[in-house]
Amino acid sequence: MANESLVIEDLTYSYGKHLPLALSALSATIRPGIVTGLVGPDGAGKTTLMRLMTALLLPSSGSLTVFGLDTRSNASQLHEIIGYMPQKFGLYEDLSVMQNLRLYADLRNVTAADRQQVFARLLTFTGLEPFQKRLAGRLSGGMKQKLGLACALIRKPSLLLLDEPSVGVDPVSRRELWRMVQELVDEETAVIWSTAYLDEAELCQDVLLLEGGRLIFSGPPRNMTERVADRCFQVQGITGNRRQVLSRALQQPEVQDGIVQGQNVRIVLRADQNPPALSLLGAGPEARLVPVAPRFEDAYVDALGGGPGGVSALAAAMTALPGDHEITVEAKGLTKRFGDFTAARDVSFAIRRGEIFGLLGPNGAGKSTTFKMMCGLLRPSSGTGRVVGLDLQQAPGQARSRLGYMAQKFSLYGDLSARQNLVFFSGVYGLTGTRQKETVARMIDIFGLQPHLKDPAKDLPLGFKQRLALACSVMHEPAVLFLDEPTSGVDPLTRREFWTHINGLVELGVTVLVTTHFMDEAEYCDRIGLIYRGQMIASGPPDELKAQTRSPQIPDPTLEEAFISLLQQWDASHGEAAS
Amino acid sequence: MNNRMRRMSALIRKEFTQIRRDPSSLLIAFVLPVILLFLYGFGVSLDAKEIKLGVAIQDSGKDANNLGAAFLASPYFLTRISHDEGLLEQELEAGHLRGLVVIPENFSRQVEKGAGAARVQVIADGSEANTANYVQNYSQGVVNTWWTMRQQDHGIWSQHGPQLLTRIWFNPELESRNSLLPGALAIIMAIIGTLLTALVVAREWERGTMEALMATPVAISELIISKLLPYFVLGMLAMLGSVAISVTLFDLPFRGSIPALLLSAGAFLLAALGQGLLISSAAKNQFIAAMIALITGFLPAFLLSGFIFEIASMPPLVRALTHIIPARYLVTNLQTLFLVGDVWPLLLPNVGILLLLAAVLFFLTARKTVKRLR
Repeated sequence: MANESLVIEDLTYSYGKHLPLALSALSATIRPGIVTGLVGPDGAGKTTLMRLMTALLLPSSGSLTVFGLDTRSNASQLHEIIGYMPQKFGLYEDLSVMQNLRLYADLRNVTAADRQQVFARLLTFTGLEPFQKRLAGRLSGGMKQKLGLACALIRKPSLLLLDEPSVGVDPVSRRELWRMVQELVDEETAVIWSTAYLDEAELCQDVLLLEGGRLIFSGPPRNMTERVADRCFQVQGITGNRRQVLSRALQQPEVQDGIVQGQNVRIVLRADQNPPALSLLGAGPEARLVPVAPRFEDAYVDALGGGPGGVSALAAAMTALPGDHEITVEAKGLTKRFGDFTAARDVSFAIRRGEIFGLLGPNGAGKSTTFKMMCGLLRPSSGTGRVVGLDLQQAPGQARSRLGYMAQKFSLYGDLSARQNLVFFSGVYGLTGTRQKETVARMIDIFGLQPHLKDPAKDLPLGFKQRLALACSVMHEPAVLFLDEPTSGVDPLTRREFWTHINGLVELGVTVLVTTHFMDEAEYCDRIGLIYRGQMIASGPPDELKAQTRSPQIPDPTLEEAFISLLQQWDASHGEAAS
Repeated sequence: MNNRMRRMSALIRKEFTQIRRDPSSLLIAFVLPVILLFLYGFGVSLDAKEIKLGVAIQDSGKDANNLGAAFLASPYFLTRISHDEGLLEQELEAGHLRGLVVIPENFSRQVEKGAGAARVQVIADGSEANTANYVQNYSQGVVNTWWTMRQQDHGIWSQHGPQLLTRIWFNPELESRNSLLPGALAIIMAIIGTLLTALVVAREWERGTMEALMATPVAISELIISKLLPYFVLGMLAMLGSVAISVTLFDLPFRGSIPALLLSAGAFLLAALGQGLLISSAAKNQFIAAMIALITGFLPAFLLSGFIFEIASMPPLVRALTHIIPARYLVTNLQTLFLVGDVWPLLLPNVGILLLLAAVLFFLTARKTVKRLR
């Protein structure tokens, strides 16, 4: 038992007869003393597995045994020894931090003797000490998760289950959470950390990788990463168009996967292949191929058989937009006040035709507010937003007919079928008759929606929901595309497919404004604006931001490191404002 | 204090804190009852008083004028007298009058001839059937009374046989408010017991707090009890407050005893809470929970409890259905307590049935709720 906290044997779970299996024939063991990552895209079965581990769901077949306790027959004893932090913030928002802690202390029978000691330790540990009296609902995303963690730790659990603790948490808090959990792990405790972020998976000692309810890998992540060792390269010193370089690279038979990383293009070769000749990529005379360290994500995409091709069928079906590199999207001093709270303060930027501009920032920083003002969905308190030369306040209808908008939350009609949504949205954008029919048919073809045409949109798998949403936003061939966290939660393959389309559209002259919290996604942008506390605190190409924050300690910062350091610099120079 | 008690008291404390901090619970528990009471106390009345009536006197004789005066004196009518029938008819059409009495040209002469010869026309606005009935019956009453008085004045005593001497018990003034307000109390308690309870549990599901609770050592019975107790207390407080308002502000008589009131209300509240908990074990979002609570709790308490619509006059099937509506028993008990007194042979069986309903609902809830997500 010492080496097995949790034994999963041939576990299968189904939510209903007619639904695909949520988990099928899963077997694994989880060891104490380490953090095990439960990794996979949305809908892979992570939460289902977590709930099975907490005995909140019972297996359809197979079994789970936690420290010798079977989840079917020993649920109540099991609940004594686990700490569980559900994906949704499971605490009472109208109770204060301290009241939540007290409640969980009582529920877990932590009594007077060591109670104060436990509170003091947890409050210091989580840095929540100054906020004891604050209502949990008023905490920031990161602090909420820390409080959730504290409540799960009230009585030291033997098995700590954390369901996507880093969702909705800015990178700084994400690191802190990670550090806290690392500190907790000792010989007797097993920790399971579920995540859709592959960079987090890489930090875990052990990983269970789920895909569509099946376990496709288990073991230390480096075992998986080693599979692509010596196959990862960066094309550096590109003088031509890096998006075209990527597209060409992906068309080479030797290349398994590729993404844009700032000014460079990262490629992963197929097994036992030599790199393609640089001349075929059109990367310019100074281009060079530099071997880079493999990442878990490279291995993951490799395990799934590689990413989609480099050619966007969507872009192929659309006509190039006329024009030069003129400014198509412009924000001038956008400010939005809600009462005495300023959600966005004097935000300005200009995006040229055929450029991708990314808005980056922690949750609640003002990204969405800025975004909504640019779409004409929110009236600025002052300042103006212009799209293709049209003022969003004066000609909102005209401006909107030239822009495509994909909202962060699924914003299609859940009860309409996929086809009905397409027909509806094409109608809204003024397509009629043959043109409408043709466009709808083309979208179905391009996004592979055929098998799901009659399904209500709300029942589609997440990847298809996102594809449908993108299809609905581009049917009228907009000059400007606004994407609000377009690939949040989708698997890396779908994300690559999305970016192939976006890159393709940009090559046609479409202007793209995108918000994201995926650093990978930010690397695709030509320029990034960093939004923090309602203001744009830095902007520029990704590589420039990285260069800005280079330091002796971090000579080659990643974009995330650059991001964190920019936030910290700003805080330092402006004083730690009360948040 | 053992672990079980500590967990429950922590949960109960949490519930009270939430009630205090959540304006919507306070609104439902304390503001809504006041609004409802005022609505039923001032707004709704099933009595027809001061019905607007026109009397067209086309005769100038003494009897015609006397009869017109009798209509004027009636407390049920707000009478307008005119000689111009056409004008009054227009008013009736415009909806300014609910009825029209026409005393024809040769009325006084006909009256002299004897009771049978004289005719008075009554026109009632049938678009409001109830009021039309009142117009008809009250006019009949006015004419009868006037005739009897006239005969007496002429020294002739009635030749019509025995006279009716009516006395109305329990609610001598026939104030519909006196029977409506106890019904409103039942509605208030149904809202707090069923709607509020269903909502607060559904909210825990929606916000994910239930999931977190379920992964702790809390037993399902402890969860149920810690939901029941706070809302039982809240419901009783709202009830007592409403009774106080009814008695002081609306002069509702209270002829029973406090213990009998607490017993009836408590038994009902248990059944209503049981219903709320049962709903919440099935509906895990607030919208659906609210809908089910309205349809199975509030509406039956309103329509099928006998507080507005008499159960005896319902079709047999619906009448049978009312037997499983807890509000029915509470309405009877409250009306009895307010208007009659502690009639234990009537009150106790009803309390018994309410407790039985509560037991059934709790049994179903306990069976349906397991410490699992599905």
